[in-house]
Amino acid sequence: MIPGQFDYHAPTTLDEALSLLGHHSGAKILAGGQSLIPAMRFRLAQPEVLIDINGLGDLDYIREQDGHLAIGAMTRESALEASTVVQSRYPLLADTARVIADPLVRNLATVGGNLAHADPANDHPATMLAYGAEIVATGPKGSRRIAIDDFFTGLFENSLGDNEILTEIRIPAPGSGSGGAYIKTERKVGDYAISAVAVQLAMDGDRVGTVRIGLTNVSPVPMRAVGAEAAASRSVLSDEVLEAAGQAAAAECEPSADLRGSVAYKRDLTRVLVKRALRRAAERAAGGAS
Amino acid sequence: MSRHKITMTVNDVEVTREIESRNLLVHFIREDLSLTGTPIGCDTTSCGACTVLVNGRAIKSCTMFAVQANGATIETIEGVAQNGDLHPLQQGFWEKHGLQCGYCTPGMIMSAKHLLAENPNPSEEEIRWGISGNLCRCTGYNKIVEAIRYAADKLAEGDGEGTEETSA
Amino acid sequence: MTHLEDRFEQHSPKPEGVSAKVAAVDEIQVKTPVEVCGMGHRMKRKEDPRFIQGKGNYVDDVKLPGMLYMDIVRSPYAHAKIVSIDDSEALATPGVLAVIKGEDLKAAGNLHWMPTLMSDTQMVLPIDKVIYYAQEVCAVVATERYIAADAIEKIVVEYEPLDAVVDPHEAMKDKVIVRDDKEKQTNHIWHWEAGDEQATDKVFAEAAHVVEQKMYLPRLHVSSIETCGMVANYNKVTEHMQIYMTSQAPHAHRTVFALVSGLPEHKIQIISPDIGGGFGGKVPVYPGYVVCAVASLLTGAPVKWIEDRSENLQADSFARDYHIDAKMACDAEGRITGLKVKTLADCGAADAAANPSKFPAGLYSICTGSYDMKAAHVEVDGVYTTKPPGGVAYRCSFRVTEAVHMIERMTDIMAREVGTDPAEFRRKNFIRDFPYKSPTGWEYDSGNYEGALDKAMQSIGYDELRREQAEKRERGELMGIGISSFTEVVGAGPSRDYDILGIKMFDSAEIRIHPTGKAIARFGTKSQGQGHETTYAQIIAEELGLPAADVQVEEGDTDTAPYGLGTYASRSTPTAGAAGAMAARKIKAKAKKIAAYLLEVGEDDLEWNISQFQVKGSPEQAKTIQEIAFAAYTNHPPGMEAGLEATDYYDPPNLTFPFGSYICVVDIDKGTGEVKVRRFVAIDDCGHIINPMIVEGQIEGGLTMGLAPALFEEIVYDENGQNLTGTFADYLLPTAVESPKWETGHTITPSPHHPLGAKGVGESPTVGAPPAIVNAVVDALAHLGVKHLEIPITPEKVWKVLREAGVTD
Ligand SMILES: Cc1cc2nc3c(=O)[nH]c(=O)nc-3n(C[C@H](O)[C@H](O)[C@H](O)COP(=O)(O)OP(=O)(O)OC[C@H]3O[C@@H](n4cnc5c(N)ncnc54)[C@H](O)[C@@H]3O)c2cc1C
Ligand code: FES
Ligand code: FES
Repeated sequence: MIPGQFDYHAPTTLDEALSLLGHHSGAKILAGGQSLIPAMRFRLAQPEVLIDINGLGDLDYIREQDGHLAIGAMTRESALEASTVVQSRYPLLADTARVIADPLVRNLATVGGNLAHADPANDHPATMLAYGAEIVATGPKGSRRIAIDDFFTGLFENSLGDNEILTEIRIPAPGSGSGGAYIKTERKVGDYAISAVAVQLAMDGDRVGTVRIGLTNVSPVPMRAVGAEAAASRSVLSDEVLEAAGQAAAAECEPSADLRGSVAYKRDLTRVLVKRALRRAAERAAGGAS
Repeated sequence: MSRHKITMTVNDVEVTREIESRNLLVHFIREDLSLTGTPIGCDTTSCGACTVLVNGRAIKSCTMFAVQANGATIETIEGVAQNGDLHPLQQGFWEKHGLQCGYCTPGMIMSAKHLLAENPNPSEEEIRWGISGNLCRCTGYNKIVEAIRYAADKLAEGDGEGTEETSA
Repeated sequence: MTHLEDRFEQHSPKPEGVSAKVAAVDEIQVKTPVEVCGMGHRMKRKEDPRFIQGKGNYVDDVKLPGMLYMDIVRSPYAHAKIVSIDDSEALATPGVLAVIKGEDLKAAGNLHWMPTLMSDTQMVLPIDKVIYYAQEVCAVVATERYIAADAIEKIVVEYEPLDAVVDPHEAMKDKVIVRDDKEKQTNHIWHWEAGDEQATDKVFAEAAHVVEQKMYLPRLHVSSIETCGMVANYNKVTEHMQIYMTSQAPHAHRTVFALVSGLPEHKIQIISPDIGGGFGGKVPVYPGYVVCAVASLLTGAPVKWIEDRSENLQADSFARDYHIDAKMACDAEGRITGLKVKTLADCGAADAAANPSKFPAGLYSICTGSYDMKAAHVEVDGVYTTKPPGGVAYRCSFRVTEAVHMIERMTDIMAREVGTDPAEFRRKNFIRDFPYKSPTGWEYDSGNYEGALDKAMQSIGYDELRREQAEKRERGELMGIGISSFTEVVGAGPSRDYDILGIKMFDSAEIRIHPTGKAIARFGTKSQGQGHETTYAQIIAEELGLPAADVQVEEGDTDTAPYGLGTYASRSTPTAGAAGAMAARKIKAKAKKIAAYLLEVGEDDLEWNISQFQVKGSPEQAKTIQEIAFAAYTNHPPGMEAGLEATDYYDPPNLTFPFGSYICVVDIDKGTGEVKVRRFVAIDDCGHIINPMIVEGQIEGGLTMGLAPALFEEIVYDENGQNLTGTFADYLLPTAVESPKWETGHTITPSPHHPLGAKGVGESPTVGAPPAIVNAVVDALAHLGVKHLEIPITPEKVWKVLREAGVTD
């Protein structure tokens, strides 16, 4: 399994990277390489030019500022696991990072690559949908912000322009009374999800205030479970409400049958996971955060 | 196809070679540097047999281009023993029978080396999760876990000036 | 037909002077001091220093000057006519030296077909049609690995797709004929049976209870972490063919190569260097090997071929793929009386199983297991389908896993039918008197089934677990306890019955003691991780008192090692290990003569004590084995040949029958259907233990390999015969997280006929574990009316039965 031939560039600044991207029409960005290189080894991807952005050290950061958590595109999954701010204040993100691939892959895989790849099987899309995150895209004319709801446009397709690089992810800082959880069912460690559910909510007294729910690997494009959100929001999370939310998600997801399971199984699994993730998020919101 | 002159430090030795851009790091290590201790077990980044340390981090060398390691510091299984002395991990694998066919062993040791650097006192559960990117078909993992625990104790003993006996 | 019965008496002659009744003990026998490190010592492995330092030498590590690389074009169809192969663009690529096609092999002496180990034939490279997905179509030879990989992309093959036949039941209808090269235009290959049909029908007619269950043991892949590969190095001047090969049976492979190629056997040297796991997958000869050797013959240069993982998973030999229909009969007192089994064996596109020649279904007729019953009848039909050929072991003796899975499932099903606890039911039906003659013709050498079950139940706290289960069931929680009390049959085998391609399944050892008392020992087997370099040294240490550290063990080079049949089916200790002991005993007999000469006493005045011959009654008058060795070269008795060496070809009088009892506890998530193995206790009995540490390792490894098919692994094809599980992303090997912390233990019931009382162990757990896990899952769901689940038990299968029973979360 040997990749095809390509030209390789290793820019050291963002400007240089953008200029290379502008000059080579068949170019692909190489971040952690943990999706791209396996695809190249099977010659499913045969880019003519690779622009390696691992030299852009200034895209590797995690910081809370101006009411959001800013994550540089080149932040590795393992850095999320090691980050105290993520572990203490962003339990949904912390849950997610732990269950992506395996520790060796996480040492290279980047958050930016995970989102830019726009694979509905990847775990960050659902999480960022649940957080209502923003994507910062930088092109020759500067940066723009893309709401996560507008970012995923198709299977492996996103709304980045050809000459744009994803540079940052912004997660709104959770207010008090917020909680989140990510629950994934996989066939074994390192596998993509059979189904997984990301929930981020803010409680309003004993009722759910706002809630966003993202689903993993049960649709051709990463999706939010808006029906489930509607069923849960502004309610006390009784068994009936949880069940209604779970059933709404089961109905609105669009899984396809594969080795991971049948459509019926994936729908019902999504129902169960939505209930569990809502419950855990609410518990964390109530103060059982750790 | 571009060719590149790359320089890196491998097991404390600086090496310079000219290579094709698509040359995978694992092939570079095995063929260009003749360090065949790092084997290949799959083509989907699934088995971890090819694990080496790049700048101290354990990664799968079949899923990185050699050119990306330009300027990096690399450690392979051949660099783990120092001056002929086995590293506590190597001792642990030998002592606790952490290997059978030996094919996964270099990768396991490199993964474990990174794991212990980050977490010098891992629980059994943490060890199991820590090596979950490495497949072993022979051992059933019990003895690999024991081998890593043995090394953790040995390393702690070394630091702590022999404060306690190991339970091994 | 009573296939085995006819030959039963000769089949298991009782060795003279040993009683077949042997008492079981738990204590590991240690007779030598630690400096000698004979049997029973937890000696650290002699092979490890090279592996832990990255100095192993696997086939892909072999690099010869001027070496070329081969890569293979494979079929995207399971069944298709080949219209044309256009290799012009590939040949025009700089660095590409040759493209080898079926026609070229035909021209080179009909090498486009080869014999399988089962007297069938298999295509090496096709000329007219392909008959399985990922079949080798042609090969490129180039100066570099990367150039060869580029070149195979440039070869254009035009196919005319034909209908595939994936299901053996469909294949039996003969609508699509897989092998149109054969005279008989049918997919049915063979029919085989054992036991007494009439007697079995009779016990069924009289039975108080009869249960029936269909079960499928899916196709598996051994998936050693090292794939297969070869470096072939033909020297046109000396006409010598040197081959480095991932081979579990280098001598047998040398003979096959000689027969296929016409090269004289003394001009072929096969070297099996370090092997990164075998488990049966490195027993067959694959087309790639043959093409690689031909490539070297044609070019006169060394050629390397190393499979990718996907080639390995998609085209190499599979295991299992047995469709079983079983019936069990039981009397009113709860005693099993009979078993009736019909089986369809999916062989793929050729019968390329690795069974002894006379046993197309291997040792499957061991399927009455650990239970005493009056009658049994077993039938198996082999069928061609458009899937890769094979039928290898997956870390088990020939087809024993299939047999054990069936009997251990049926026993559980019957226990439930008669309303008895499965432990109690087993106990009631165990074989108690040994040697035991089974209704399908086996003679079990020794056993203590109840001892192993008792120990397993105590270790796990069986009664307490049953109480916990009852409480949990009240609360709607799902927990199950499963037992498997299996009997293995290993160590093929007595040469009267067992051969591979006519070559008898003995094995061999040759020991040479050097003048300074150090030794080299060579064996006909080939370790792939079992630790032969250590255990064989310990056997010799036990017999001769030479420190195991002073014995260098070598295997795998056909130019130096004595002829042997190789390592698989847990046969190494039973055969080559025994040969080692016997060769050592020959040396000891000579040593005694030398000692008598040196001490100037009669041989009868001497006795052996660990590592020396001493004069009875005055032990200070002694000669150590080292002194004797020195004398053998410097001062040997007049009239005696100098030197101290011996060779033995050991032909075992019978197979050995290791056994064990396993108990598994599972918890089930009723929301997701996920199964978690909470505890697993394995009590094994493999007779006398040579190195307890290595035995534990073999058992733990086998347990994870038993867990794998129970919950994770299966080769899946779509209706067109396309492999859907062709990478490690979908063929799911358990990691350290899925694999529980195994709890192991042993009882010791020596084999009465093995010189060391040992039985062979590496595969028992792979055989015994899957039914224990399935029995546990079914036990957790039994109150919902669940009787059986097919493996692998995926979360979805559990979810389905839960929802059907109205259980949800
Ligand atoms: C064995 C294995 C198991 C895995 N399991 C999981 C899992 O369970 N869950 C999961 O979420 N993921 C999983 N992954 C995928 C892994 O997380 C990938 O790393 C991730 O999908 C891509 O990140 P990367 O940094 O490696 O990107 P790359 O592979 O380098 O790039 C992926 C794509 O994104 C583009 N890209 C990358 N960065 C940018 C950027 N900054 N701007 C614009 N385009 C960019 C690239 O051009 C490419 O098309 C697994 C991978 C492997 C090998
Ligand atoms: S060879 Fe690199 S992960 Fe398998
Ligand atoms: S020791 Fe063989 S794969 Fe781990």
